[in-house]
Amino acid sequence: MTLTEQLITIGMIVLGTVITRFLPFVAFPGGKETPKFITYLGKALPSAVFGLLIIYCLKNVNVFEFSHGLPELISILLVVIIHLWQRKMLLSIASGTICYMLLVQTVF
Amino acid sequence: MSKNNAKIKALAAAFPHTIPILAGFLFLGMTYGILITTEGFPFWFPILTSIFVFAGSAEFAGVSMLLGGFNPLQALAMTLMINARHLFYGISMLEKYKGMGAKKLYLIFGLCDESFSINCTADIPEDVDRGDFMFFVTLLDQLYWISGCTLGGIFGSFISFNTEGLDFVMTAMFVVIFLEQWLKEKSHISSIAGLAIPFLCLVIFGADKFIIPSMIALVFALALLRRPIERGVNE
Repeated sequence: MTLTEQLITIGMIVLGTVITRFLPFVAFPGGKETPKFITYLGKALPSAVFGLLIIYCLKNVNVFEFSHGLPELISILLVVIIHLWQRKMLLSIASGTICYMLLVQTVF
Repeated sequence: MSKNNAKIKALAAAFPHTIPILAGFLFLGMTYGILITTEGFPFWFPILTSIFVFAGSAEFAGVSMLLGGFNPLQALAMTLMINARHLFYGISMLEKYKGMGAKKLYLIFGLCDESFSINCTADIPEDVDRGDFMFFVTLLDQLYWISGCTLGGIFGSFISFNTEGLDFVMTAMFVVIFLEQWLKEKSHISSIAGLAIPFLCLVIFGADKFIIPSMIALVFALALLRRPIERGVNE
């Protein structure tokens, strides 16, 4: 690819991203009344989206191959336990991440 | 309080929420900067994409698009598929971003997974301007991402400390936010559907193709379960 072609390709990636981010706001502008179902989705979706994001982060974990997703499972359990115990976001995230790094660098 | 003080206050309130993202984005941005420059692209390429694209997974996928033959329509289609989940963020933020004036354009432009997570769930202090808070969360996130990409692009070949596994910081953050939502909500139907449906779709369709089927199935599930969920949401 020439530089111009590369820049056009990047332009397409920008366009695609902008479309996915702006489309809901263009389709349902602030001035007009948003359909009830969309307002409902706006309230119900966030909880579901965070589940989706967790699965998305773990999508390349292979339970049938070595390490079997164990570092992920152990670290997520630790995040949950520490968070339920202390309810401090940064502490929970830091403990889980350090646990995961230790596991993948030394144990697995 | 003067206008500047109010802005500083919003920045100070926003910053602690973004610390996990600082760690995650510096690491992921550097990984991306190193990847794209080792493929032969100039150091300013990752800087350019981090400013104008600001969508991690699309940028990573963009490396292989740039290495293949010139096919702009395919690049557009692939980006739409990779970033389709952003549609859900927009729908969820329609109310929260209402009446934000000129800031709204940037808030929407910067609506990545991480900015969405914070802006959708953070308890913003009463005396802090909501628009400023969300603007700073988005801006800080993008600055972290640009810094990571720039560092990776320029110094990539010199960096060699063991950061394996640091990307887990983003997973841990989503787990914590999911848990916080769980503890706050009356009905867990949406949370459970959000884990179960994408998991099933992942098993059925595989890692590269499961997002769009998951999204379609989720909208159907939420439509079918509207009555029980609304009882929980509106309380």
